[in-house]
Amino acid sequence: MIEALALHKRFGAVTAVSDVSFVARDGAITGLVGPNGAGKSTTLRMLYTVLRPDAGSAKIDGIDVTEDAIGARERLGVLPHAAGLYPNLTGRENIRYFGALHGLDPASLEARVDELVRLLDLATVADRRAKGFSQGERVKVAIARALVHAPRNLILDEPTNGLDVMSIRTLRELLRRLRDAGTCILFSSHVMQEVSALCDTAIVIGHGRVLAQGTLDVVRSQAGAENLEDAFVALLASAPEIR
Amino acid sequence: MHGLRIVFLKEILENIRDRRTLWSALLFAPLFGPLMFAGMISLILNKSVKESDEALTLPVAGASNAPHLVGFLESMHVTVQRVDYDDQSARRAIRDGKERLILIIPANYGERLTSAVPAPVYLYADGSNSNNSKYANQARQTLGVYGRIIAVMRLQIRGINPAVVSPIVVQDVDVSTPAGRALLVLGMMTYFVMFAMLMGGLYLTIDATAGERERGSLEALLTTPIGRDVLIYGKILAACFYMLVSLAISLAAFSICLRFVPLEQLGMTTNFGPLVAFKMLLVAAPFVLLGAALMTVVASFTRSYREAQSWLTFVLLVPTMPVVFAGLLSVRPSLPLMALPSMSQHLLMTSLLRDESLPLDYLLVSVLSTLFFGVILAWIAGRLYRREAILG
Repeated sequence: MIEALALHKRFGAVTAVSDVSFVARDGAITGLVGPNGAGKSTTLRMLYTVLRPDAGSAKIDGIDVTEDAIGARERLGVLPHAAGLYPNLTGRENIRYFGALHGLDPASLEARVDELVRLLDLATVADRRAKGFSQGERVKVAIARALVHAPRNLILDEPTNGLDVMSIRTLRELLRRLRDAGTCILFSSHVMQEVSALCDTAIVIGHGRVLAQGTLDVVRSQAGAENLEDAFVALLASAPEIR
Repeated sequence: MHGLRIVFLKEILENIRDRRTLWSALLFAPLFGPLMFAGMISLILNKSVKESDEALTLPVAGASNAPHLVGFLESMHVTVQRVDYDDQSARRAIRDGKERLILIIPANYGERLTSAVPAPVYLYADGSNSNNSKYANQARQTLGVYGRIIAVMRLQIRGINPAVVSPIVVQDVDVSTPAGRALLVLGMMTYFVMFAMLMGGLYLTIDATAGERERGSLEALLTTPIGRDVLIYGKILAACFYMLVSLAISLAAFSICLRFVPLEQLGMTTNFGPLVAFKMLLVAAPFVLLGAALMTVVASFTRSYREAQSWLTFVLLVPTMPVVFAGLLSVRPSLPLMALPSMSQHLLMTSLLRDESLPLDYLLVSVLSTLFFGVILAWIAGRLYRREAILG
């Protein structure tokens, strides 16, 4: 379970995130939606501990990210926005490095890497150096890297960026399967179809604030709109900018 | 320490596969110095040996005016070419590069010589050309010897002891040992060694800091349950590994290269055998940590691979500065200087080359102070990686 409690973050004079609170439950896919620059990535970065909130806190399975960042990271799998790989390592070695950093023992690490190669359809890139990967191949390996330690919580920052239709389907199936196994999944997107297709719960974020949250039906009715896209536009139009 | 080992091994593996790192760390940097060095010295030695043996060729105009002088020049192995120049044409010939030197003996030479008034001879040369002025000096010296012989004869004819016109005689007493003399030439060697060592870790350091950030792999790395300081220590240790390898290759290459340099021709010997090379490795090794940590600290302030590259090439010069200063000011080892990293390594390595014994306290101060500064810098690097700004 991922909990954000009144998160605040400023960069100089700009308030990037203000009073953001929500809960992403276990066994559910939660979508963080908002336009570019809404504060999605900043919020996620505070959750996966690379940024410290100026105020408020966040908990991963009840562990406070500011008090025990390492403990929180152990329970998290993360696909950051910039998901670069090591160009001189093969796909498999990229995944294996992160597994080792998460403390997996060599035998179970190998089994796990094989499993991920199968699940994410990575056979063609597993033993090639990442230098020549396409954007889609890079993202898929980065997702496998985030999943290597079978985390109970998964944070994905715009995971479908650069993926083709087939890869998006593979990813959706995988995320549903992980959800059904009880994983808490939080992902951000600015693509409405993505959210409609996948999410159980949506959190609409704009100008650094939560504008609406709940099941898709709740969000639609909150905005008084027919579909999620209209709801999104209506919510943003009515939200005051904060500085 | 589990995380430290994993980061270390991964950086080693990744950089073994990077051609640029491998070239600079294991080939270019360690071999560039010794090869250039050996080539340079050989060239200088060959040149100076050849030139001092070479007979001087001197075009002489008006040779018939001074048959005795010309005979003397020929007896001194000067090849005299009888030519026909007057003042104007001689100037032109020199300026056009047709001749290096021209000696003109005027018609009144014999008359003035016999009446014991100074008899001028004119030596034409281009003083702005350092190469040719060497020949002019050689000619001037030979002519001076002739003049002194005439002077001595004149004094003896007049019954005066020629020694009265030489009130002071300066005698050069050269007390330098052969190894000491070689040191003048070898003094710059420590510079090349330190440079090679730093180059060995340069690309790894950039790649592990600015490169990792630019590629976008840093953020993911920071989400693993390994402390940020441990991550950076692992990277620093990997840089240390490559730097040690560079250092070892560089010293080995020097000890091999110098065998092919004809130092004996200048009366020099060098004791740079495998044992001295190994001792130099031990003396220089503590600096590896300091260098790696320093480069990491600087690189972590830069925003891109390119920026890191330009800053670090500048940083490469900083630790080598004391070497240059020590060389220029001929600094002698002393205990306080041993506390100065890079300076102490230079002085100790130079002592080893001189075949001097190393005082144990010197060695201890050098090692401990260098390691101390290295640890401090590594700690600073660790602190810098805790900043949020590290994500760029």
